[in-house]
Amino acid sequence: MQQELLLTVIIFILLFLKLGADNIDSKKLMTLVNVLLAINLAAGFFFNQSGSLFGDMFYTDHLLRLEKSILNLGVLIISLQSVNWLSKHQHAVEFYLLMLSTLLGMYFMISSHNILMFYVGLELASIPLAAMANFDLDKKRSSEAAMKYIMSSAFASGLLLFGISIMYGVTGTLSYEGLREVASDSPLFLFSFILLIAGFGFKISAVPFHLWTADVYEGSPIAVTSYMSVISKGSMIFVMASVLFHVFDKIFFTWYNLLAVLAVLSMIIGNLFALRQQNLKRFLAFSSISQVGFILIGMTSANPQGATSVIYFVLIYIFSNLAAFGVLSLVSTEKGKETIDEFKGFYKTNPALTWILAIALFSLAGIPPTAGFFGKFFLILAGASKNNYVLITIAALNMVISMYYYLRIIKAMFMDANDNPIEKVEISLSPKIAFVTCVAGIVITGLVSGVYDYIFSLVR
Amino acid sequence: MNSYSYTPLITLLPLAGFVILGIFGRKYFNKTGGLIGTGLLLISAILSLYTAYQYFFVNGKVGDTYQTITAVKFTWLTFSQHVSIDMGIILDPISVMMLVVVTFVSLMVHIFSLGYMHGEERFATYYAFLGLFTFSMLGLVVSSNLFQIYMFWELVGVSSYLLIGYYFDRPSAVAASKKAFIVTRFADLGFLIGILVLAFYGESLDFATIIKNLSTAQSTQFVAITSASFLGISAITWGLTLVFMGGAGKSAMFPLHIWLPDAMEGPTPVSALIHAATMVVAGVYLVARLFPLFTINESALEIVRIVGVTSAVFAAVIACTQTDIKRVLAYSTMSQIGYMMFALGVSSTGGENGLGYTASMFHLFTHAFFKSLLFLGAGAVIHMVHSNDMKDMGGLRKHMPITHISFLVACLAIAGVPFFSGFFSKEEILLAAYHSSKTVYVLALLTSGLTAFYMFRLYFNIFWNKDTEVHGHHGEGTFAMKLPLILLAVLAFGAGYIPFGQFVSTDGKALESEFHLAFSVAPVALGLLGIAIAAWMYMKPNEKPQRVANAMGGLYKAAYRKFYIDEIYLFITKKIIFNLIGRPAAWIDRNIIDGLMNGIAAVTAKTSALIKGMQSGKVQNYALYFFGGVAALLIMFIYFWRP
Repeated sequence: MQQELLLTVIIFILLFLKLGADNIDSKKLMTLVNVLLAINLAAGFFFNQSGSLFGDMFYTDHLLRLEKSILNLGVLIISLQSVNWLSKHQHAVEFYLLMLSTLLGMYFMISSHNILMFYVGLELASIPLAAMANFDLDKKRSSEAAMKYIMSSAFASGLLLFGISIMYGVTGTLSYEGLREVASDSPLFLFSFILLIAGFGFKISAVPFHLWTADVYEGSPIAVTSYMSVISKGSMIFVMASVLFHVFDKIFFTWYNLLAVLAVLSMIIGNLFALRQQNLKRFLAFSSISQVGFILIGMTSANPQGATSVIYFVLIYIFSNLAAFGVLSLVSTEKGKETIDEFKGFYKTNPALTWILAIALFSLAGIPPTAGFFGKFFLILAGASKNNYVLITIAALNMVISMYYYLRIIKAMFMDANDNPIEKVEISLSPKIAFVTCVAGIVITGLVSGVYDYIFSLVR
Repeated sequence: MNSYSYTPLITLLPLAGFVILGIFGRKYFNKTGGLIGTGLLLISAILSLYTAYQYFFVNGKVGDTYQTITAVKFTWLTFSQHVSIDMGIILDPISVMMLVVVTFVSLMVHIFSLGYMHGEERFATYYAFLGLFTFSMLGLVVSSNLFQIYMFWELVGVSSYLLIGYYFDRPSAVAASKKAFIVTRFADLGFLIGILVLAFYGESLDFATIIKNLSTAQSTQFVAITSASFLGISAITWGLTLVFMGGAGKSAMFPLHIWLPDAMEGPTPVSALIHAATMVVAGVYLVARLFPLFTINESALEIVRIVGVTSAVFAAVIACTQTDIKRVLAYSTMSQIGYMMFALGVSSTGGENGLGYTASMFHLFTHAFFKSLLFLGAGAVIHMVHSNDMKDMGGLRKHMPITHISFLVACLAIAGVPFFSGFFSKEEILLAAYHSSKTVYVLALLTSGLTAFYMFRLYFNIFWNKDTEVHGHHGEGTFAMKLPLILLAVLAFGAGYIPFGQFVSTDGKALESEFHLAFSVAPVALGLLGIAIAAWMYMKPNEKPQRVANAMGGLYKAAYRKFYIDEIYLFITKKIIFNLIGRPAAWIDRNIIDGLMNGIAAVTAKTSALIKGMQSGKVQNYALYFFGGVAALLIMFIYFWRP
């Protein structure tokens, strides 16, 4: 509970700040917030209580604590990257209030030990996110994105809640322990279970629950897009891994095949759409859909290696995706350019940013020695433990296809000529720190085996 | 601690070169970067030679058998109970041999480039990439397990991508590097799945453990992998074939060879390094590394044999018609690697039966020297006349005597003329083929004749034939360019005198290679005939080549167009895959998803964006899809797929 309390305290500090001081200098404010977030991240490593609270509604242990810390790290990086954007924004504090509320919601999702508690956390994590999507207040696209998100989200939540109520009707319990006892493959239980999975699928934007993704990602401010694609998605993946592995282990047969179907669809459709995108935000949206497919492959293993690989991959994915979004965010905020054509010849004017983006894309594509290679290799190795080589072949084939479109961007930046390349973009201190963290993360997480070993030691 | 604890340095020094030059090169060492890279590699090469000496002559042998020595090994991470991922260096006859070959050829290329690349704008970057490539290749050859070899395998791919695309302002170079990367990636996909299959059944990633588990008949793992099957083919055949697919991609074996000729767009010394001596033989090395597994599975070995011999003949025919000198060399490489492959394919294990294996490694060894010499020589020629095309060359023997002589030595070696290195290794391969399969033997013999012909066609066209005006401003090149040519020429002549069977064999015991005079008559005669025909046709400028080409008609044209393989690939990818999958997907995205939005947006353009978003029907549409997805899954899993 300590992490949740600390985050709540931070939210209140910001709230009082907003109410108390009207014209606070935005630069100072950003520094303060980032320091608070850094403290939040660091403190997470010192809390080490395990156990349950509130009549077993809430549960935490070392692994869950680590998962929350991973999210904290991502939030800190996003915050550092969006300094340029937010310091010009008149409602910076509100942005953080919303963002940290959703983060709190995710904490509760991760720590819930009761499906109703999970639902409450999910809503806390979703509704403020719609307001965040609307944060480019003068842009219509941003409002449109917010509207689309809240509508889709409401729809998904409705089905999810329907599923939960049927589950309660069938079993008479909502606690994880209770559900684990009575889970069965009776049609009605499976019905409720599939609705539950659809709710999960919406959040991680797995195909066919992904349609909102591209529009919302493209319309939202980049900081929000990266938050959705990394933090929001990552938290749900953590929840999925623990719920499927420990609550629904009796109906493994069903969810194994279910995940396999979703994984194949996500990889193929995500890849095919990503191939043709011109807008980089939209491109990253589709590529992230196919990345989810890979994560689902790892999840099908249902063993500790699989769980470890999934968490490990999310960590790597945070570094890689945020590095890519960070570069995009800087360029888009400063110069307003977002398409691949506009990025041609980027290397001539911005070598440092080009390298960062290239390393990030290499990692997303899974090319050694970047961490993404190890992440994907372990996911596939875990998935192979169920001996389903058709699935693995499809995954490997998709790795090749994705290689092609990631390379396309790298080629555009390094090799294509452009009479009118994007001018030099200055990188201020905070984004610089964020970039160094990301790049270091991409290199170190892969090469230092301790990271994987540490996660493995925590997985039950 | 053992006496080989210094061996990591061999691989790490080139990496250090990459890091130093990559980070500081352009600022501080743009002039001296070459010397730094070369110096580091020199140390690395000396250490390799020392290792070879120590291994082969001092303590590698126990009794009469060469042992596999694990020089360094640490567990990098433990993936599950069975599978831990290690990083290590193993020394056995083939890895030590490869260490020497890679460091030596790389050193020659480093030195040659000092002259060849002098004055390039990104001089230090070039050496940084060379260092990275050498590091990856060395890491690959000393790998002790499948994961490590796969990782370095990919890294070799990346660094060769960087090197081929070095001239990134040339569109053709960029396209070539992309092609190389994508084609080999596609092959690596097979490799990855093959690794997973072998690792799953072998219950380990470590070479020694997998081989032990899977090649012991009656062991549980052996029974499991031979009894499991998919599409009627046993799991071990699948695993090995898929691994071989990775090897065939890297080694440019038919039909995955299409990237190799295009990759010649890279700087010529790079071709000497990557496409002659190191990366392209990685596939052969991989098969040799897993050879004990291949020998217990006849079908996988048969695939190796067929692919090898097909590539050898096929590439030799094409090479006879090309006019770009680097492309001739590229096809010749492909043909020679085909030789090494089928030599493995006709071999089995133990004593005399392992002759093919020894011969293959021997040919890999000699080929590394004469082929890199040919590439470097071609580089010197290109440097001189500023063209890749034979038509712009001729009579150069007067202008560049050293290049001429060394090139001639290499041509004699590759043609298999007695007393030159290629003769010895090729003879062993032919002997092995003769004992195993007459068809293979005849095809190999034919290839050997063709090889002599096209190599001397190249030689006479460059150095004899008509005289060309040479704008002789810089002579033959600097000392840095001549030295490697001379050193390599010495080895291209002399490498064959090494009693290779003493050192490399399937079981680690010495293999006496016998020499049959009568057996050599046929290949040597065919080789000399090839040379004679080439001399008749190309030594003096005349009309004969054109007449021959006309007489051959369709065959010549087909060979000139490389048997239309590129066109077939293009047809499949562009016309079939692109149209059937890519187009519809894009169409749905554009017309249904975006089109719906845009179409209706046009009508309601004047209303606010917010209302437009809601009224467009799009979100409802999304909800509909969502619900459709849920419904489909429900039907699927409740009615059809319930346990």
